[in-house]
Amino acid sequence: MSQLAEKIAAAKAQLDAHTVESVQWHFHESTGSPYWLEKAKTFKFDPLKEVKCFDDLKKFPHFEDEELRGGPINRWIPKGLAGKPAYVFETGGTTGIPKSRMVIEDHWIDYENFSDTLPDEYFPKGSNWLMLGPSGPRRLRLAVEHLAQHRGGICFCVDLDPRWVVKLLKKGKIKEAEDYKDHVIDQVMTILSANHDIKCAFMTPKLLEALAMRLIDEGSSIAETGITGIFAGGTEFTPQWYRTCREELLGPDVYITPTYGNTLMGLACGKPFDPADNYKITYYAPQPRAVIETVEFKDYNQLVGYSQTGRVKLYTMTKELFIPGFMERDEGERELPHDKYPWDGISGTRPFHEYAKTTTVGVY
Amino acid sequence: MFDIPILRFGQTYESMERQPVVHFDTGETVAQLHQATGAMVKLDLKKAQKARDALRAVPIPKLIDICKAAARMYLEETLPCGNGSLSPAEFCRLQSATTGLPENMCAANMRKNAFVLGHMDQVLDALTRGLPYDILTNGYGKESRGVMVSYQATTPVFGMVLPNNSPGVHTLWLPALPMQIGLCIKPGSQEFWTPYRITEAFFKAGLPREAISVYPGGHDVGGAVMTDCNRAMIFGGQATVDQHAGNPRISVHGPGFSKIILGDDVVDRWEDYLDLMVDSVFANSGRSCINASGIWASRHTKEIADALAQRLGPVVPLPPADPKASLAAFTTPGAADAMNAQIEEGCKADGVTEVTAKYRNGDRLDKRERCDYLRPTVVHCTGPDVPLANTEYMFPFVSVVECPQNKMLSQIKQTLVCTALTDDAKFKQQLLDATHIDRLNIGPVKTVQLNWLQPHEGNIVDFLFRARAFQNTPPEAH
Repeated sequence: MSQLAEKIAAAKAQLDAHTVESVQWHFHESTGSPYWLEKAKTFKFDPLKEVKCFDDLKKFPHFEDEELRGGPINRWIPKGLAGKPAYVFETGGTTGIPKSRMVIEDHWIDYENFSDTLPDEYFPKGSNWLMLGPSGPRRLRLAVEHLAQHRGGICFCVDLDPRWVVKLLKKGKIKEAEDYKDHVIDQVMTILSANHDIKCAFMTPKLLEALAMRLIDEGSSIAETGITGIFAGGTEFTPQWYRTCREELLGPDVYITPTYGNTLMGLACGKPFDPADNYKITYYAPQPRAVIETVEFKDYNQLVGYSQTGRVKLYTMTKELFIPGFMERDEGERELPHDKYPWDGISGTRPFHEYAKTTTVGVY
Repeated sequence: MFDIPILRFGQTYESMERQPVVHFDTGETVAQLHQATGAMVKLDLKKAQKARDALRAVPIPKLIDICKAAARMYLEETLPCGNGSLSPAEFCRLQSATTGLPENMCAANMRKNAFVLGHMDQVLDALTRGLPYDILTNGYGKESRGVMVSYQATTPVFGMVLPNNSPGVHTLWLPALPMQIGLCIKPGSQEFWTPYRITEAFFKAGLPREAISVYPGGHDVGGAVMTDCNRAMIFGGQATVDQHAGNPRISVHGPGFSKIILGDDVVDRWEDYLDLMVDSVFANSGRSCINASGIWASRHTKEIADALAQRLGPVVPLPPADPKASLAAFTTPGAADAMNAQIEEGCKADGVTEVTAKYRNGDRLDKRERCDYLRPTVVHCTGPDVPLANTEYMFPFVSVVECPQNKMLSQIKQTLVCTALTDDAKFKQQLLDATHIDRLNIGPVKTVQLNWLQPHEGNIVDFLFRARAFQNTPPEAH
C-alpha cells in the first residue's frame, strides 16, 4: 500500500469512528440536543444502534435547511453542553429570517486546527493581524480574532455589513456600494498606517482587491505595508482571480491561501499552491469534524466520479452540532485526496447553477 | 474553433476562464472567448497614460493614414483573429452566426465602419470644426484666425461597454484613436468580432499596440471600465440610461425612440414618403437606435399604417446566408417571447390596433429550435397616450400615432433621430428649438441615413476634450 493510500485508509477509519462517536453523543438521551432527540422519534431506524460508520449517515433523511431558520435556538444545544456560554451566528448577506447556528467553542477549534496549516514563515507567530470582512452576527470576526490570539497576536478589525451591500446592489445603487467599499478601505488604510506591526490578514477577495488597488494608487503595495500572509475567502474565488492576485496584485513576497467556509462547516483549507495545478483551487473540509461530498444533481446520495461536477453536500459532526447531509448552495468538481488532506476535495466551487441566476454574488 | 485571448494594451493574455460562443442556428461552438476580470482591467488602467503617450508619439496626419490603410485591410484582407484568421466573407459568416444578423447586413455594417475609417480626415475636420491637429496633440495652439485655444484631453483612454445588437455602432468610437486617445474595450459577448478585427487591421497598418485593450468578460469587467476610465460609453436599455443620466464621465446610448413626423402641410401627400418610412423602420432589421419606431401625423394615420403593413407584414425570415435575408434572429432565449408578450398585451388596450396581422399570414413570433424571430409589426395608435405609442423594440416595429401637429413636440418625448417632413417655417423653427430631439432631419432624409461628417449622439470631441483658457504670454492691457 502506498503512503498516500495508507493515509487515506487511516483518515477513513478515523472518520468512521468519529461518526459513531458523534451520533452516540447527539442521540443519547443524556447528551443529545432537544432537536435531534425529538427528530429521532420520526426515524424508521435507531441511530444509536444502526450507525456504525460514515456511510450509515445516508440512512438519515435529507436535512432541510429551513430547519435552521427561526427559533428557539436553544433546541440545538446538546444537553451535554447545557449551561456553557453560547453564541449564535447567522448566514452572511441574507435578509429576512436568516439561518442561524448555535456555537459554543467550535469556531475556536476550527481556527486552531486551521492555524496548524499556516506556514509560520509568512504568518509569523506573535505578529498582529488584520480582519477585513463582515462581523456583526457572522462568526468571522470572532474566529479570526481567536486565530490571531491563538498565534500570539492581536487582531485589528474593520467591519463590512454585507446585508447593506446586498440592499444597495438590489436597488442598483452601484455608486453608493462603491462609496461604502471606499469607506471600508479608508479604515484599513488608517490602521495600516498606525505602526501596529500587522503581518497577517484575513480579507475577502473583493476587499483584498480594493485594498491592493488603493495602495497601488498611492504608490505602495500590500507587500510594502508589511503584510506577508493573507488567507482569503467568503466569496467566489476563481483560478483566474487567484492568478491575477499572485502575479499582479501581491507579488512574490506575499503568501495567499484560498479558503472556503461557512458557519456549519468551519474552514476548508486550500491545497497548497502547485504550479502544476495551473491555479486550480481545491478545498478540503476539516475532517472528521466536517465532511464535504460532491454528489449527483439528481441523486444526493450518489457521489460523482473524480473530476466530475456535482453539488456540495456537507456533514457537520462536532460536539456542538450534528448535521447529516446539508445541501449547500454551491457546486464544483470532486477531487482526489491529497497528501496533506487524505480525503476527497472539491474544486471550482461556484453557486449551484439552478440558484445562480437569483443569487447576488460577491457582496463582500 | 477560434480561441480568442484578451488584449491588454497590445499584449495578448490567455485567461483561465473561457466562454464558449455558439452558432445561433446550429448550436455549434464557433469560438472560445477568454474572460478578463475587473481586477485585471483596473490594474491595466493604472498605466493608461502609456496608451496616449504612444499615440501622441505618432503625428495625427500619420494616424489618419493608418486609419485609411486599416479601413482597406478591415474590408478586404484576411486578418488574424485569435488563433486563426478570417477573410471578410468568413468574418461576416461568423458574425452572423453569433449575432443572428443576416450576412448581407454584416457586410453592410462592415462597409459603414470602413467608410468612417477611410474618411477619417473629413470626419475629424467636421467633428473638430476645423481645429488644427497639433492643438489636440499639444493641448493648446492658435487657430487659423490667430486666436489661442486650448483643448485638454479628459482621459488618456476611452472606455466602452459595447453591445451585441449591430456592428454599426463601432463607427462611434473610431475617431478616438486618431485624436490620440487610447481604447479600453469590453466587447459584446456575441459581437466581439468587429473590435478584434478593427484592432488587427490597425496593428497591421502600424498603430502602436499599446493603444488598444480588449477585455471580454462579465459584469465586473464592465463595472471596472465604467468606474476606472475617465470617459466611457455604454450601451443598454432605458434602465442603463437612467442609471448614468447626468454623469459627465459617461456617454450613455440607449433606446433611440427615433421618429418620422409629417407636418400638416405635407401629410396629404404621405404616399410620396412611403419608401422613406419603410426603409427607416426596416433597415438593418430594425435593430438600430436610429430605426424609426414612431410615425406621427395629424391625419391619414390609418392609411399610412395600412400601407406600411402591406409592405412589411408579408416579410418572412430567410436563412442568414440568403442575400435577401432581412430579418435578424433573436439568439438570447426568451427575449423574443418577452417582447411578443408585451406587444400582445399593449394591443389589447383601447386605441391600439395591430395592422400587420392581416397581411402577415402567420404569427408575429416565429420560434425555432435554437433561436426566434419576430416578424415586422405595425400598430396604429389613436393618440400619444395609448400604450405602444412611444415604444421601441429591437426588430421592425413601428407605431403610427395620430396627433395634432401643435401637440407633437410636447408629446414625442426624447428622440434620438427625428425626420420632420414639413415646409412650415414656424413648425421648422419649433423643431430646431426642441432640445429633446438629438439628430434632426428636416426634409426627406431617412432616419437611418447618417452623415458621418456630423456628430452622432453628441460630439465625441466635446466628450474627450475640454475647451479651456490657456495663455503663454500676458494679454494686452484693457
